[in-house]
Amino acid sequence: MTKPLLEMKNIVTTVNTNTPEQKTILNHLNLTINEGDFITVLGSNGAGKSTLFNTIGGNLRVNGGKILLHGQDITQTSEEKRTQFLSRVFQDPKMGTAPRMTVAENLLLALHRGERRRLVPRRLNRELPRFKSLTASMHNGLDTRLKTPTENLSGGQRQALSFLMATLKRPELLLLDEHTAALDPKTSQQLMQLTDDRITTEKLTCLMITHQLEDALKYGNRLIVLHQGQIVYDIAGEAKAQLTAEELYQFFADTE
Amino acid sequence: MNLIVSAIGQGLLWAVLGIGLFLTFRILDFPDMTVEGTFPLGAATCAAAIANGMSPLMATLLATGVGALAGLVTALLYTKGKIPILLAGILVMTACYSINLRIMGRANVSLMGKITLFKLPFFAHLPMYFDSVFLGLIVVTLVTILMIYFLQTDLGQAFIATGDNDVMARSIGINTDNMQIMGLMLSNGLIGLGGALVAQNDGYADVNMGIGIIVIALASIIIGEVVFGELTLNQRLVAVTCGSILYRFVLLIVLQLGFSANDLNLISSIVLALCMMLPVFQKHLNLRHLLKRGLTHD
Ligand SMILES: Nc1ncnc2c1ncn2[C@@H]1O[C@H](COP(=O)(O)OP(=O)(O)OP(=O)(O)O)[C@@H](O)[C@H]1O
Ligand SMILES: [Mg+2]
Repeated sequence: MTKPLLEMKNIVTTVNTNTPEQKTILNHLNLTINEGDFITVLGSNGAGKSTLFNTIGGNLRVNGGKILLHGQDITQTSEEKRTQFLSRVFQDPKMGTAPRMTVAENLLLALHRGERRRLVPRRLNRELPRFKSLTASMHNGLDTRLKTPTENLSGGQRQALSFLMATLKRPELLLLDEHTAALDPKTSQQLMQLTDDRITTEKLTCLMITHQLEDALKYGNRLIVLHQGQIVYDIAGEAKAQLTAEELYQFFADTE
Repeated sequence: MNLIVSAIGQGLLWAVLGIGLFLTFRILDFPDMTVEGTFPLGAATCAAAIANGMSPLMATLLATGVGALAGLVTALLYTKGKIPILLAGILVMTACYSINLRIMGRANVSLMGKITLFKLPFFAHLPMYFDSVFLGLIVVTLVTILMIYFLQTDLGQAFIATGDNDVMARSIGINTDNMQIMGLMLSNGLIGLGGALVAQNDGYADVNMGIGIIVIALASIIIGEVVFGELTLNQRLVAVTCGSILYRFVLLIVLQLGFSANDLNLISSIVLALCMMLPVFQKHLNLRHLLKRGLTHD
């Protein structure tokens, strides 16, 4: 269970390199993600959490350090290639789906995540029964809207769909970037619960960014805090289970 | 009667342009100006090839390929060179002007007395203008069927997703650069094909025949959308052809009203602008409601 899945060694990520606005966001960051880890990620605005995800996902190239997957160097692997093992859900409900394509079409696209797209018929009908039962498990009416373009869905439905899409083809690593932040408290809690269910039953390895301390404590087996581009707090297992909100507040008060 | 048949034939031939532009303008959401260069490029290539003795079918295919190449250049400028798509298209369009002059060796090439697709023995016994209707129908049907097939493949779906939301497309492993390159090549290939067909139908290629092409092609897309409203993607492709024919009828009526052929670009722009503003009018004037009231006069 404790085999390392992804290792980040001494990662430096700089944006706007060679311009006056040059800025180092990840500053010699080290992180080892073990197989089966469900890590909640905390950190104030601008701490570099999304940048960490973009670096893992390959949207941003590192300026220093190494990223290893199962011990293999993937630092130079392209964003498209990395989707073979990785999937993500964005904070913005608009980002995760193709608006003019239907719910079923979006799911079908996600089913082939990381694969070469060929000139073969898409065979949507063959997958429909499966999509139907899958969306029904979300209990938010998605299953009745399989043929609806996603631009006509509510934000909550869209995020639930994005989450389904990210887990439809099992990812080795799932990145959730505040995926419930844009939703109302009730919908947000529902999606969090579904997220937790699915991650635990499927034994997915996951990093989840959140600003809700309660959620960070309640879910996952490990908690990390990012501050000024480094991981300043990393707690797992029993120690994490014992951690209280007060202690966490205190820690944040001290790092400011 | 002849005028109507001719309008239908023209509409069918020009529909190929509408379908080509649909791929970039509607699916990729790209304002691709390359088409103003690719259309005369296709015409020039085809005319020069036929004038030099190439068979009309081969010349037409060559024009399609050369059109796709122009699309490739725009696509590379955009995806790899990071030039904004509007400017990339304008650069290639401008360059095409010189290239077209090179290809033809002068400002225009006549196909008088040459064998074109429209003068194949096969069409000889058809009445006047029916050759363009017949050939247009064949080409448009073929292109539409191929497009419908393509868009329903895994590759086609990835292409649509790229135009819809490229961030999402990349996040599920679609190489969006490749999709955009493919789309621009397909689109401009079709525009080149359209240029070749129109040149053969008109009997000449002219270096200035690209002016206003984008407006005409857009008009067929938008007239189709305005007339038919909510449609599925497949139906929308067919609607482009209907829009193209309707547009020819509009031009026919305008010419009958006494305008000259020189006014056509002005009229095309006005027609397109009116169609695009229709939703605004509808909101402000509640046009449908007024029309209904006017017709039922209660
Ligand atoms: N492409 C970029 N260009 C310039 N600055 C950037 C870029 N991406 C991120 N930044 C800056 O880097 C810092 C870290 O950004 P990041 O989005 O990773 O923060 P975050 O921890 O996700 O914050 P939040 O909680 O607000 O989402 C911020 O100050 C941000 O302005
Ligand atoms: Mg963020």
